[in-house]
Amino acid sequence: MYPKRTAYPYYLYLAIFIIVPLLLVLYFAFTTSGGQLSLTNFDRFLTSQYLGILWSSIRIALLSTVLCLLIGYPIAWIIANSPLRAKSTLLLLMVIPMWMNFLLRTYAWMTILSRNGLLNQLLGFLGLGQTDIMFTETAVLLGMVYNFLPFMVLPIYSVLEKMDKSVLEAARDLGADSKTVFRKVIFPLSLPGVISGIMMVFIPAISTFEISLLLGGNKVNLIGNVIEQQFKVTGDWHFGSAMSTILMAMMILAMLVTGRVEGSREGGGLF
Amino acid sequence: MDHSIELMDVYKRFGDTEVLQRMNLAIKDKEFLTLLGPSGCGKTTTLRLIAGFETPTDGKILLHGEDVSRVPAHKRSVNTVFQKYALFTHMNVFENIAFGLRIKKRPENEIKERVHEMLRLVNLKGFENRRTDSLSGGQQQRIAIARALVNEPDVLLLDEPLGALDLKLRQGMQRELKRIQESVGITFVYVTHEQEEALTMSDTVVVMNEGRIQQIGTPIDIYNEPENAFVADFIGESNIIDGVMPDDFRVVFSGREFICVDKGFAKNEAVDVVVRPEDIEISAPEHGMLKGRVSSVVFKGVHYEMMVDTGDFTYMIHSIVERKEGDTVGLSIIPEYIHIMRKTHVS
Repeated sequence: MYPKRTAYPYYLYLAIFIIVPLLLVLYFAFTTSGGQLSLTNFDRFLTSQYLGILWSSIRIALLSTVLCLLIGYPIAWIIANSPLRAKSTLLLLMVIPMWMNFLLRTYAWMTILSRNGLLNQLLGFLGLGQTDIMFTETAVLLGMVYNFLPFMVLPIYSVLEKMDKSVLEAARDLGADSKTVFRKVIFPLSLPGVISGIMMVFIPAISTFEISLLLGGNKVNLIGNVIEQQFKVTGDWHFGSAMSTILMAMMILAMLVTGRVEGSREGGGLF
Repeated sequence: MDHSIELMDVYKRFGDTEVLQRMNLAIKDKEFLTLLGPSGCGKTTTLRLIAGFETPTDGKILLHGEDVSRVPAHKRSVNTVFQKYALFTHMNVFENIAFGLRIKKRPENEIKERVHEMLRLVNLKGFENRRTDSLSGGQQQRIAIARALVNEPDVLLLDEPLGALDLKLRQGMQRELKRIQESVGITFVYVTHEQEEALTMSDTVVVMNEGRIQQIGTPIDIYNEPENAFVADFIGESNIIDGVMPDDFRVVFSGREFICVDKGFAKNEAVDVVVRPEDIEISAPEHGMLKGRVSSVVFKGVHYEMMVDTGDFTYMIHSIVERKEGDTVGLSIIPEYIHIMRKTHVS
């Protein structure tokens, strides 16, 4: 079938804002500063200390995804099972912080976590001594979980919310107690939402540079920070583009893998 | 124990809404009992109370003589077939049916054998590995029945299980359900608002309205001897005419006196007179007990449905003889077909 004429502006949009920039990134990644086609940028990445940074970025992103899942699933469950009135209030509370600028929210955490910040004042007041988690991996994780939690909660919530209550009754009717109903029916049926949530948290978590910059200082260097430095400090667009390309390839791979796990099952999530 | 289920004075309220009013019902072992009534009459609530999805506000529910009013659903030897099948879409047909057995941790070879036996029972041999969403509505409902029956419940509860199927399939499934019930030999409690379904399959029909039982009886009793105007109106079609009983075996309506077979009413008591459309005979105007004009004629396949206006009442008549609109006809009713009922409500 031929696309309708009304779709043309969208093609134009696609070309200008997605295809062309993507091709530019690829062009820079596969060329040297002299403009010659080459793989040296990738070579350099694989032999440098940057590989270690990539691994630690993956580790932190995975950790924050797992934390978001562990915290987010119960929240989604509570919202989905609340009475209608409370449900909209809780959803709103979940979403309101997202209306605020992302950087602003992260700066707020700086004032909470810093040496003379709110957290330490509270701990001092309670006589529990001081902590110093600012500019540590813990602070970065905290920032990631805080910022990305709604992306885990919302897709899981939407699947739980749509779940046919009579299916749960059927499971109870067949002899399953509450724990078994959850393990054998609710959780498996909510997997599409869980997978969406994982993707929606993992992808921004692995490519972020703001959170690690603000809450990690120069102590926590993630692949996002390295890429940023190539463009803003070092000025090596070619190497930066190559690393971006590697990151993109990894995300595509991750999506393919989760898509395979998901199979042809009826989708309830966002991918 | 002769009764598999007994409801004793069961009262149920959701907030301020009273759904069941002091219901008493004894369901015999191995019978096919149907709860029949319009939506909102309390029939589904009754079923959910027996299943254990709801607890009664007051009163007791006995299963084989044992009070189960507070026993949760997963501990009752009762299984349910839901209106929209409620199959587990993340499992194949085999795992759906095996669900209850796996929870009871039965050995694998027993599970296999029992699941296959169930698939044979519902005529779906060879469907083990199919996905549930690749099945038609009728097939899905059979899987739902197999999934419930594999647990060998004392009672199978069916909540309008054929509601989503088309007419032809529904009729096939009605015969199928009756056959399954006879072959497994357990009590079936069936909920429906379709009177035809209730009459076809049941040993006993319980007609309900507004949280109250209106009549309990065999399908033939319910149809031929409705106890009140509601039952008469709900089961099949009826002409319900205001009448007066001047004496036993005599009733006056539509401006003349008829002989009837009912007695025991007060002198000149106002009553509801119920006559089935197929029980009124059409004749030449001079031979009829009543005279009227045909105001509409609709062809219904087997019969014509005619409305005949006698001046004070418009009678619905089913007849295989066609009369034209505007014809003047005579109507006759023999005493056995005139059913007299006490007025249930103050009019």
